Amino acid sequence: MQRMRTWTMVVAVVMVAVVGASCAKKKPPVVRPAPPPASTADTGMGSTPEPPAPPPPVRDEPVSVALAPPDPAIGSKNLDELNRESPLAPVYFGLDSYELSAEARTQLQGSAQVLKTNATWQVTVEGHCDERGTAEYNLSLGERRALAAKAYLVSLGIAADRLRTVSYGKEFPFDPGHDDAAWAKNRRAHFVITAK
Amino acid sequence: MTPTVRTFVFLAAAASAVVAGRAQTPAPAQPPQQPTDIVTKITGDSGAPPRIAVPDFLVSGGDKDTADIAKLLAQVLYDDLTFEAEFDLIPRDTYASIPVARSLSEAPFDRWRELGADGLLMGTVSKTGQTIKVEMRLFDVRTRRQLLGREYSGAAGNPRLYAHTMADEVHLTQANLKGVARTKLTFSSDRVRDRANNTIEQRNVKEIFIADYDGFNQRRVTVNRQLNVFPSWSPDGRAIAYTSYRRGYPDIFISLIYQGTMETPTNGTGQNWLPAFSPDGTRIAFTSNRDGNSEIYVMNRDGSGLRRLTTHPAIDSTPTWSPSGAQVAFTSDRTGAPQIWVVGADGLNLRRLTSESYADRPTWSPAPYNEIAFSVRTGSRFDIKIYQVDNGATRQITFGEGTNESPAWAPNGKHLAFMSTRTGRASQIFIARRDGKDVRQVTREGNNFTPNWSSSQ
Repeated sequence: MQRMRTWTMVVAVVMVAVVGASCAKKKPPVVRPAPPPASTADTGMGSTPEPPAPPPPVRDEPVSVALAPPDPAIGSKNLDELNRESPLAPVYFGLDSYELSAEARTQLQGSAQVLKTNATWQVTVEGHCDERGTAEYNLSLGERRALAAKAYLVSLGIAADRLRTVSYGKEFPFDPGHDDAAWAKNRRAHFVITAK
Repeated sequence: MTPTVRTFVFLAAAASAVVAGRAQTPAPAQPPQQPTDIVTKITGDSGAPPRIAVPDFLVSGGDKDTADIAKLLAQVLYDDLTFEAEFDLIPRDTYASIPVARSLSEAPFDRWRELGADGLLMGTVSKTGQTIKVEMRLFDVRTRRQLLGREYSGAAGNPRLYAHTMADEVHLTQANLKGVARTKLTFSSDRVRDRANNTIEQRNVKEIFIADYDGFNQRRVTVNRQLNVFPSWSPDGRAIAYTSYRRGYPDIFISLIYQGTMETPTNGTGQNWLPAFSPDGTRIAFTSNRDGNSEIYVMNRDGSGLRRLTTHPAIDSTPTWSPSGAQVAFTSDRTGAPQIWVVGADGLNLRRLTSESYADRPTWSPAPYNEIAFSVRTGSRFDIKIYQVDNGATRQITFGEGTNESPAWAPNGKHLAFMSTRTGRASQIFIARRDGKDVRQVTREGNNFTPNWSSSQ
């Protein structure tokens, strides 16, 4: 019995040595480093903006506002010139809020008149936020601001398909400052005329 | 090492069956092989972490370039091992008095032991044209036994990758840890300072970048002069999903970074943002306004199999997967301020997790931890807190050093990446241990945002 155990030990030791020796003789294999990630040259995606999802239904809420006289010079301007003049004034929001203030509503009533006068204009309503929220949540908050402005314009009789919305969250502050005055300017719905 | 010596080593260690001098192929782009052999592990004094020295690799041949690589390999290996803190690394500037070994079999073990080393990591490097060959050995300084041996050869373009591969191998065999030495970060950056097209205002764009976990090899992924934000790795590390405004509104794109191709899984339905790959890579959770306001959805990677997880007029945003893929945590402001909520991937069992002043960007840790890191508003800025799913306890790991936001877990859960303004006005990517200590800066150029950490190789 004692002899048997010794024999087993010897076999085990020899086997281990053989395994070790055979492993040691292996050729060094080749390690392939990962291919360098080339810049993804993004091409061919087209630059035509596609329409966003349709807007939510909005209550009909007629508001009577005196019609502004059409500006006779407006038809001769190109889009960039037009947008620099901001004929559709931005509206501003409170911190973490997407509610339209009385002032914002008055502002939008004026914009609705401009849009009725210039019935061919297509407009993008941009939602923006100040830098104090997170980038992630602000994308949704900016969207709500854009939708709130759009919904009110639609309630004033502007066709929904003339107004597309897009949120930029806090990515494009209007004022690069870091104080209350800058933040107040950055919590806004901003209007860009995209076709006339 | 002669065969005779090797046999002696094996006989001496017969009971534990040490395998030495074994060459293997841990190709960096592949998952590590399961060790099929028993490996003796390095141990320290009475339970303390093993103390390891990593002297410059030895050079055979020896032009200046090869000598530089030999130093670099040791330094990167040292840094990688220091990062995970499984071992106690002996500072490399204390090795000067120890004679340089002439070969891997002639280390002055007595001297290394005097320095307090339990383990000695030695290596050689030789270079032929644009090819290098690297050998690495881990010795137990007390017994002078070899515990681990690896050999690699290949292109000389990125020597750091060899050191990272060795570090991962040491962690796997000696600490049973999936190290992160070969992982990468992705983030968005405005460093290029391009301006957006189609706008009369000055609007600086952001592009998606990647970098090694230690900040080296920073590369640009997108080139489209629009906003590209919120990148998220696929689990295989070959693709990045992100939110891009390249069509004029936010939508989800997937760049296959090694092929230079792109996928658009949402097929133009609604506006979509904040994609997050499921742990198995087959599905993507995301935020969309396709049904009228921000809701959480899940789709297959190709856009099929759409499932809506939330239905509420409030904002639901920023999904993250549980490690099993069975649940999705997200941000919702349905009770007022944004808070972290969780729902089953089947849309059932919705519940609220946090009661903060303002919480966003939940990021579920990998196993074995079961925690959700998130950004929380603290005064005028943000800090990072961690919610323990098992008991609901919350701990904070940053404390007002600038703002600290958008945490992202390392794939082994030992570290977090996040963005912070702690060094000034610019936003940069930082890495900290899961207890918030040992903060390292990863980016320095421009502003850098919303990091995401790739899986282990």
